[in-house]
Amino acid sequence: MSDGSTTNSGGFPNPLAWLGRGAIGLFAETGRLAIFAGRTKAAAFTPPWNLAQIWKQIVAIGFYSLPVVGLSAVFIGAALALNIYTGGNRFGAEQFVPNIVVLGITRELGATITGLMLAGRVTAGIAAEIGAMKVTEQIDALKTLSANPFRYLYAPRFLAACITLPVLVLIADIIGVMGGWLVSVFALDFDSTTYLRNTIDFLTMEDVVVGLIKAVIFGAVIAIMGCYQGSKSKAGATGVGRAATLSMVGAAVLVLASNYMLSTLFVRIGI
Amino acid sequence: MTQPILQLKGVEKSFGSNQVLRGVDIDVVPGNSLVVLGGSGSGKSVMLKNALGLMTPDAGQILFNGEDVTHDQGREREAMRARIGMLFQSGALFDSLTVWENVAFRLLNAEKMKRSDAKERAIETLKKVRLGSSVADLYPAEISGGMQKRVALARAIITKPDLIFFDEPTTGLDPITADAINDLILEQVKALGAAAVTITHDMASARKVADEIAMLFEGRIIWRGPASSIENSGNAHVDQFVNGRADGPIQPAI
Repeated sequence: MSDGSTTNSGGFPNPLAWLGRGAIGLFAETGRLAIFAGRTKAAAFTPPWNLAQIWKQIVAIGFYSLPVVGLSAVFIGAALALNIYTGGNRFGAEQFVPNIVVLGITRELGATITGLMLAGRVTAGIAAEIGAMKVTEQIDALKTLSANPFRYLYAPRFLAACITLPVLVLIADIIGVMGGWLVSVFALDFDSTTYLRNTIDFLTMEDVVVGLIKAVIFGAVIAIMGCYQGSKSKAGATGVGRAATLSMVGAAVLVLASNYMLSTLFVRIGI
Repeated sequence: MTQPILQLKGVEKSFGSNQVLRGVDIDVVPGNSLVVLGGSGSGKSVMLKNALGLMTPDAGQILFNGEDVTHDQGREREAMRARIGMLFQSGALFDSLTVWENVAFRLLNAEKMKRSDAKERAIETLKKVRLGSSVADLYPAEISGGMQKRVALARAIITKPDLIFFDEPTTGLDPITADAINDLILEQVKALGAAAVTITHDMASARKVADEIAMLFEGRIIWRGPASSIENSGNAHVDQFVNGRADGPIQPAI
């Protein structure tokens, strides 16, 4: 049946109505997400803290992400070294492989790859867990038992992600550089000692710190997207599945968008 | 007249263009057991969620012990909830916590009781719902549906509330288990001297636990009377519901 507000007489969707509805929806959703993020942060930065829950989440988010982060980092570091070698070859600049690998990993790829992998592993997991709690009335039960879900569920996940992401990124940085070194030494005939000396000489504290600051922001994005989508999950297996998908896609896009914005900021202020 | 423990005055609630509650007026006096009947989609759950403060009504008032709590937040809301128990339809036990941690949840979190003391209280309360201490350390997924309902009942009564809500307490249970749950509800509510509000469409359950019965239809309370008068209410809607007929003033929700 045609709906007068969105279709014209021919029954085709009215592009203006469609665009308008999309725009209003986007602004409303952004507003709701911002309010949710604000309430989560308020609960996270004021006592009392639920230390047992925070620790449980640090283990779930941090410790169990080590394999996926380590594997991703070693492969991205190795691929980066290969590509820089091939590209540098054209200008006779192969010797810059260690410098560019360590710069690329610490400033950019270590944090981004960790953020993206966790947007998959952690965000979807949080959304599915919270979504299942929502549809089985466990969130309502929390409220009736005087436990604020922001304090009991969302803030511990938020804090745990903000604390563990920098640690994971630091580990990804080290393993990523190691991936580059492995390929360079065993496949590209670099001298191991020279490679490592070049890496250490070129490495600066600023580059590492840039990656770690990004990591904190990615941690916030990952936890908030998971909790937000989970908390508004619709009933049934489809509802929870959709919450998990939406949260993952949203977190991945926001990780990349905030990465670009942070990179711009750091370049502007000269670090 | 006794001061009602809970009063709903002209409560209205809509979702988009769907007006679910169209002015619900109802009150519950202390120690009284009220059963609210209603078909699927009649707004029973929405009424309950408004009364509990899980939803805010679009219009109308909710009074708890004579005080307006409609828009309460934070501390005032918690003070009210500390005196209310709720048994959710699905039990709503926390999967990640053991049975005793579920039962003692309020004691452990809101009241900061020592774990050993809280566990003792939880095991005591589990006994009241005929569950042995052996289930205390199991997880909800490891016990049967009927046992989960009993654990949920234990969680609702552990703090000796003045008012307990039951959301379809017998849904999903076989008739024998359902009757056992009804017996337990009746026994525990009377032992506490608490008021009870039960929403259900199970007539056997309603007859057993109710002092008074009310009927919710199209977002309003259309009939209310003592449980004994339910068979001759003189109301066509109630008659149709009580006798479970598809034809009558209420259209089946299919």
